[in-house]
Amino acid sequence: MEIDPFIFRLSIFILSIFVGYYVVWSVTPSLHTPLMSVTNAISSVIIVGAIIAALASASENVFNSSSVFGYLAIVLASVNIFGGFLVTQRMLQMYKKKKDKK
Amino acid sequence: MISPNLSAIFYLISGILFILALRGLSSPDTSRQGNYFGITGMIIAILVTFLSIGNFSNSFAYILILLLAGGAIGAFIAFKIPMTAMPELVAGFHSLVGLAAVFVAIAAFLNPEVFNLGVAGNIKLASLIEMSIGAAVGAITFSGSIIAFLKLRGIMSGAPITFTGQHFLNLILGIGIFVLIFYLCKTQSENIFWTVIAISFLIGILLIIPIGGADMPVVISMLNSYSGWAAAGIGFTLENTALIITGALVGSSGAILSYIMCKAMNRSFFSVILGGFGADNSTSNTKDKKDQKPVKSGNAEDAAFLMKNASSVIIVPGYGMAVAQAQHALREMVDKLKKNDIKVTYAIHPVAGRMPGHMNVLLAEANVPYDEVFELEDINNDFANSDVAFVIGANDVTNPVAKTDPKSPIFGMPVLDVEKCKSVLFVKRSLSPGYAGIDNELFYRDNTLMLFADAKKMTEDIVKNLD
Repeated sequence: MEIDPFIFRLSIFILSIFVGYYVVWSVTPSLHTPLMSVTNAISSVIIVGAIIAALASASENVFNSSSVFGYLAIVLASVNIFGGFLVTQRMLQMYKKKKDKK
Repeated sequence: MISPNLSAIFYLISGILFILALRGLSSPDTSRQGNYFGITGMIIAILVTFLSIGNFSNSFAYILILLLAGGAIGAFIAFKIPMTAMPELVAGFHSLVGLAAVFVAIAAFLNPEVFNLGVAGNIKLASLIEMSIGAAVGAITFSGSIIAFLKLRGIMSGAPITFTGQHFLNLILGIGIFVLIFYLCKTQSENIFWTVIAISFLIGILLIIPIGGADMPVVISMLNSYSGWAAAGIGFTLENTALIITGALVGSSGAILSYIMCKAMNRSFFSVILGGFGADNSTSNTKDKKDQKPVKSGNAEDAAFLMKNASSVIIVPGYGMAVAQAQHALREMVDKLKKNDIKVTYAIHPVAGRMPGHMNVLLAEANVPYDEVFELEDINNDFANSDVAFVIGANDVTNPVAKTDPKSPIFGMPVLDVEKCKSVLFVKRSLSPGYAGIDNELFYRDNTLMLFADAKKMTEDIVKNLD
């Protein structure tokens, strides 16, 4: 009997939880705020689903009930992508050794 | 147009880049590079999605415009936001991820052909379960984050809102969701799908209103975790590896942060969720003590004198310092002390700010080098060998009662051993108790000198007196 592809995705999911567990424990506590903002930014990869909804469904009709939700989700996710990565970058810029200045 | 297999490989690559982005945060030196990995991963995921659909018609133009419009808003917020407002920002961003997940799930439900999930009215069973779970968790994340945002922003009172039967109601609603999803699978009814989303919005609100302001660091971490699980749910629906990996990473990251925050406050995760902390005022016995015990108070001159004659000083900053915007004056003070060959370090309690690591960011913003800043477990033994502890804007996290009085609500919470220092300078506006609503025994110690003033004003005065 063939293995359901769902099982493969489930395996990826479970293994990623373990990867996440070990990677996050190794994050230094002083960078926990950037950790939250960057995890927030990467979770906006949900934009992939939004793009599919907006693009694929709209070959003849650009706006239909499904693609409109796609467009809305694109706006929300892109606020997050740009905002999340940029604010993380802004914070990380502050974490520098100031030895060279003196 | 690229084949589904090739795009799956690219999604895997962007997932790996996201792992590297988090890995980079293990040290400030590698963190910036990590962020670039994250950005690269995101660009790859978006480009591959466009290429795999290969439709560059009108809607492609609309998408680009919306992407840039959203991006401009995001960039504007990212540059404008003050560092003290990071918790609100993160809560607000979580709500966006949650809502985006809901919208994607709705789009998939209304037009399943596009996502290869069957046809409307006859969606594959597994996909239907995945998308309704994704939508439900997304909706809970959205409304919960909105409440957290309003509480952090001060638009809504931080006081817990509780009513009888609250937990029972949540339980009923939670079970209701599962029952409805079961019927959704049987009937494929659109109305049931909308009801699931509506109830989830309600659960999100009910879940966060009973949680008090002091527990907000846990709430933000928890919502961080939820937004990850929502993304993973959608990832299963769309059969997209990048989303599944990311969802799992974010979900476990948020869960670990919640755990760290709970441990730092010595609260169990469930007692935080059940809420109501900080509402009761059973502090009558401490009030009597206040009248009896004398408090030594001093001025900026005394403080400057004490610090000038010390050989090592430990600064204990808290959120009150950030509220008073005293961090820059504080650094000026530290610079002066260092010129006099006094060793200065900073001690940070895990819940010193309003979210995990918040105080570290605030100090970094004030140009405090990160290698002078230490976490609780790394510095706690140094207090006994130091001359002066300078407590500014912190309160409950220094309270020795947590170690001595089993009846205290904060008993067992890890605290900074500031009282072991030869002398303690405590900058505070009054003797009022802190967030936890309990009196700080440290005020009445013989080696404590209270400096009653606004944190910023006092620090500036000390700077003047150090000359």
